[in-house]
Amino acid sequence: MSAEMEIDFLASSTRALADPQLRRNFRRAMDGLMAKRAAMFPDPAEWTRLRALGAAIRAKNLLKLPELLERLEKNLTKNGITVHWASTTAQASQKVLELLEARGAKAVVKGKSMVSEEMGLNHFLEAHGIESLESDLGEYIIQLDGEMPSHIIMPAIHKNKDQIARTFSQKIKDAKYTEEVDELTAMARAVLRQKFLDADAGLSGVNFAVADTGTLCLVENEGNGRMSTHVPPLHIALMGLEKVVERMEEVAPLYSLLTRSATGQAISTYFNLISGPRGGGEQDGPREVHLVILDNGRSRIYQDEELRATLACIRCGACMNHCPVYTRIGGHAYEAVYPGPIGSILTPQVAGVGLRHELPHASSLCGACAEVCPVAIPITHLLIRLRREASHRLSGSTVLGAGEARSKLEDLVWSVWGWVLGHPAAYRFSSWCATRFWRLLPANAPVLKAWTLSRNKPRAAGRSLQERARGRGLPHV
Amino acid sequence: MREVYFYATCLVDLFFPDAGMAGIELLQSAGVRVIFPRGQTCCGQPAFNCGYWEQARAVALSQLALFPRDLPVVLPSGSCAGMMKVHYPELFLGQPQEAEAKALAGRVFELTQFLVDQLDLKLEDLGEPVRVTLHASCHAQRDQGVLDQPKALLRQLANVDLVPLARERECCGFGGIFAVREPGLSEAMARDKTEDARASGAALVLSTDGGCLMNIGGTLEKQGFGPTTMHIAQFLRERTRVR
Repeated sequence: MSAEMEIDFLASSTRALADPQLRRNFRRAMDGLMAKRAAMFPDPAEWTRLRALGAAIRAKNLLKLPELLERLEKNLTKNGITVHWASTTAQASQKVLELLEARGAKAVVKGKSMVSEEMGLNHFLEAHGIESLESDLGEYIIQLDGEMPSHIIMPAIHKNKDQIARTFSQKIKDAKYTEEVDELTAMARAVLRQKFLDADAGLSGVNFAVADTGTLCLVENEGNGRMSTHVPPLHIALMGLEKVVERMEEVAPLYSLLTRSATGQAISTYFNLISGPRGGGEQDGPREVHLVILDNGRSRIYQDEELRATLACIRCGACMNHCPVYTRIGGHAYEAVYPGPIGSILTPQVAGVGLRHELPHASSLCGACAEVCPVAIPITHLLIRLRREASHRLSGSTVLGAGEARSKLEDLVWSVWGWVLGHPAAYRFSSWCATRFWRLLPANAPVLKAWTLSRNKPRAAGRSLQERARGRGLPHV
Repeated sequence: MREVYFYATCLVDLFFPDAGMAGIELLQSAGVRVIFPRGQTCCGQPAFNCGYWEQARAVALSQLALFPRDLPVVLPSGSCAGMMKVHYPELFLGQPQEAEAKALAGRVFELTQFLVDQLDLKLEDLGEPVRVTLHASCHAQRDQGVLDQPKALLRQLANVDLVPLARERECCGFGGIFAVREPGLSEAMARDKTEDARASGAALVLSTDGGCLMNIGGTLEKQGFGPTTMHIAQFLRERTRVR
């Protein structure tokens, strides 16, 4: 999210649409995820109740966020976990580097962390001579290919097994070509197993940080999270500052909503509760545990009571799985760390709504995202809010880059539109002209040109309904 | 005698007047006095969705005044009904018309919603056997809670075989300005919808919303084969009588 270039979403989405293999891979994967999620919420009443609870917990925690972060730091410190604060991704990366260099670390293994993607941490560490190996299978696959995640939960979902087989046979030493999923997994496992044992440090993300108990919760399915956080002598956890929850009992409903919404699992294979380094007399666990808490624009988002809902996200990815736009282009086309609907509201707020003004428009506003969001983030409402912010300087706005994407042409078009439709006599005159002369309008006229690329020109009626209603003598009062 | 206001919407006014008239006649044949206020233009949704709220408000303001009596407002569109029901209160939040907008929101109905939920309309099928499918408009289902009502009406018809679309609830790619702002994405979504419609074996694709029909129908016509499209009001009016 640190790129300060204006992206061309139209071009990147057009490229993605032209890749039939990519379209098939996503459609198939997203169909599967949607079906699995639906099977997890068979009872609408239970879904409604649990979602309301999840939304209320997240809203309350955000309301108390500054206080909870202080409490979290106090209790983590009490548990022997050292807390570091970073305003920017550069500061966060620097802090991680300092911790590693001070201990002479040369190799780290990583559990999955979207915050580390925000930081571009792998490249940063490698530039400083430290090997940073992804241990989540999906992350490992895309690291081999030098790619970004295309989904926040399933980073390699844009690839099918044939493509993964090719990557492994080309990139893993002495690997034979196989399309057997079990064999591919075993190949990755053989590489990673030794890396866990040799690593000087383990990095991980955080799903929930419990303020009252000073506990870091980590949800995962492969055991790599546990290996990364327990085997190496140093564990550095990374989290966005919005991940704090007040009480341990609040984790249960959020966890249930997360796994059911994300992968259609009643519960994940592993759930780690990290409450400190190895204690006296204990046989395993890291000697040191550190937590880096990243802001990167979040406190700015926090200032706006409406946009604050963006921070309620528990990163389940259900909004992307159900998004008809994401399903057709995949995550890379968004050219952002967080793709899909949640990314389309988050990225413009972090990178600037002027630079990323196309993202809030990457939606037909169908509302499928908001419908499945387990914490009821009003995503479509916020997409519209950010469209407003991009083209207007709203009074009291705290949005980065507000008004920067203002277009004189759009201003003019909407002003004329508003004037005509705000004056019924002007509308009647225009509609009379439109119904009489519509067929004279060429199919390559502005706006109509884009429409007729794939559709026939609509046929206007010879007489409008209003004219007919008057002709019928329908009462008007 | 029951009375309602009928709000045409700009798309129905200019592109689907037969559907609008059919909606009016369905209401009348159920014994409802239909009032068609003068001064109708557009609900303001295009500017609202694009973030031009000042202009949307100017348009919405001129429409708010059209429904002075405390009567239901019926629209042959789930999307425009959703605009009045869900988004007018947002648009007028903190404005002098806030209370008026909220009061209006409480009496807005999509046509099939009104026919089923308020009138419990019973129809007799007079038409030839036909297989049809229904595209569920996003805003009808999500803003207005309309999905079962059009199906309930179609299921009353003895000679109509209603078959589902495989992805019934997925967006057709219209999205108003989205269709021309992101033409590639919109086309990809519309193409999938038309393939779905063809695979259903239906001769007709019905919908509660003109925008979706214009998109799906325009795409099918350009492709040159497949089912035709029709607004559900027109379909019901042409082949039924009220029992």
